Amino acid sequence: MGFNKVVAGAAEAIKDIQDGAVLMLGGFGLCGIPENCINALVAKGVKNLTCISNNAGVDDFGIGLMLQTRQVKKMISSYVGENAEFERQLLSGELEVELIPQGTLASRCLAAAYGFPVVPTPAGVGTEVAAGKEVRNYNGKDYLMEAAFEADFAIVKAWKGDTLGNIIFNKTARNFNQVMAMAGKTTIVEVEELVQPGELDPNFIHVPGIYVHRIFQGSNYEKRIEQRTVRK
Amino acid sequence: MALDKNQIAQRIAMELKDGMYVNLGIGIPTLVANYVPDHIEIELQSENGMLGIGPFPTEAEVDADLINAGKQTVTLRTGGSYFDSALSFGMIRAGKVDLTVLGAMEVADNGDIANWKVPGKMVKGMGGAMDLVASAKNIIVAMQHTDKAGNSKLLPECTLPITGLKCVKKIVSDLGVFEITDNGFLCVEYAPGVTIEEIKAKTAGRLTISPDVKEMTF
Repeated sequence: MGFNKVVAGAAEAIKDIQDGAVLMLGGFGLCGIPENCINALVAKGVKNLTCISNNAGVDDFGIGLMLQTRQVKKMISSYVGENAEFERQLLSGELEVELIPQGTLASRCLAAAYGFPVVPTPAGVGTEVAAGKEVRNYNGKDYLMEAAFEADFAIVKAWKGDTLGNIIFNKTARNFNQVMAMAGKTTIVEVEELVQPGELDPNFIHVPGIYVHRIFQGSNYEKRIEQRTVRK
Repeated sequence: MALDKNQIAQRIAMELKDGMYVNLGIGIPTLVANYVPDHIEIELQSENGMLGIGPFPTEAEVDADLINAGKQTVTLRTGGSYFDSALSFGMIRAGKVDLTVLGAMEVADNGDIANWKVPGKMVKGMGGAMDLVASAKNIIVAMQHTDKAGNSKLLPECTLPITGLKCVKKIVSDLGVFEITDNGFLCVEYAPGVTIEEIKAKTAGRLTISPDVKEMTF
């Protein structure tokens, strides 16, 4: 009824994701990744996925888990180090990879979120990234015309959200989650804490519920740290 | 003696000015933060979405939701802020970041830079490097002057896939400080104990020695 976006859990949230779907997955490295939904996608065994995500996880965590099970046909990312299985599949030709500048990745999400068909960016002008793309000159500077992403599902992790789909992120776990949450045809959000409408300050909502289709409170977050650097 | 990595970082830190917003790349550039002069204040931007990077956390302060672009746990300085990736690259593209420091595998004497890919060997991706070099107002490169075999990395033109065109303004290598001019590399400082002859022998691109060239001091 009405605007209630709540689903029972990750399995229900992703149940209509079919083979061949195009997914956006939030996170930067392992920070702020939708752990519950990734586990559910592995359990469901859905295949031939195209994944738009800044990184590809590590061998045994994050999107790396979906690579182990050969569920990914294509990755669209800006940086994919730290993943041996990824490298193996890439070199053997099992996995298709499109590497694009990180700001271009964010901007193509932004274009989808804001309803722009293309977005001009100077990143990649004169490089192999520019191959086959339209170049336009504005005020003496060249820009590549980059197309808005078209993703069937955006899958993101937020800190808190209410039943109407209004969400807030925590610290640098916001990263790609915010813009991807606004860029999917269907947006699925897992949160650490699901609250009732009115409990979040409307002045501090990062993504309004109009962009969100399904929300649930996740569980058992591992929040793995890639580089634990400390001072004495 | 050629500079070590920390000395390169220390020399680059002398380029910092009070009130600058600065993006430091991974590797030697990150070390620049250790040498910010006491009398100035700068704000570090991290492209994963924060302004005001603080020191590494204590064990008790470690937070998986708070990392820098190198995926290291960090802290936020008082008055810092968080934002999303699109806004982060928006402020980069709009030229709000005053200085970008990054590493390079090759720089050409017209300011072209290659630092993201070695075909057949390293294919990890460009991350934010192409965005940064395409929009930064001022780019300083921290690099080794030659590769392990002794071949110059300051070249007439890049041999590796390009990251950005005509964007580098200054290089601090282990041998000296070089500005990019219409006439190629201009050597303005040499590292203590390094000779002009050595710099000439190890620079493949067009090189001019400034009439005011001097020994680097820290």
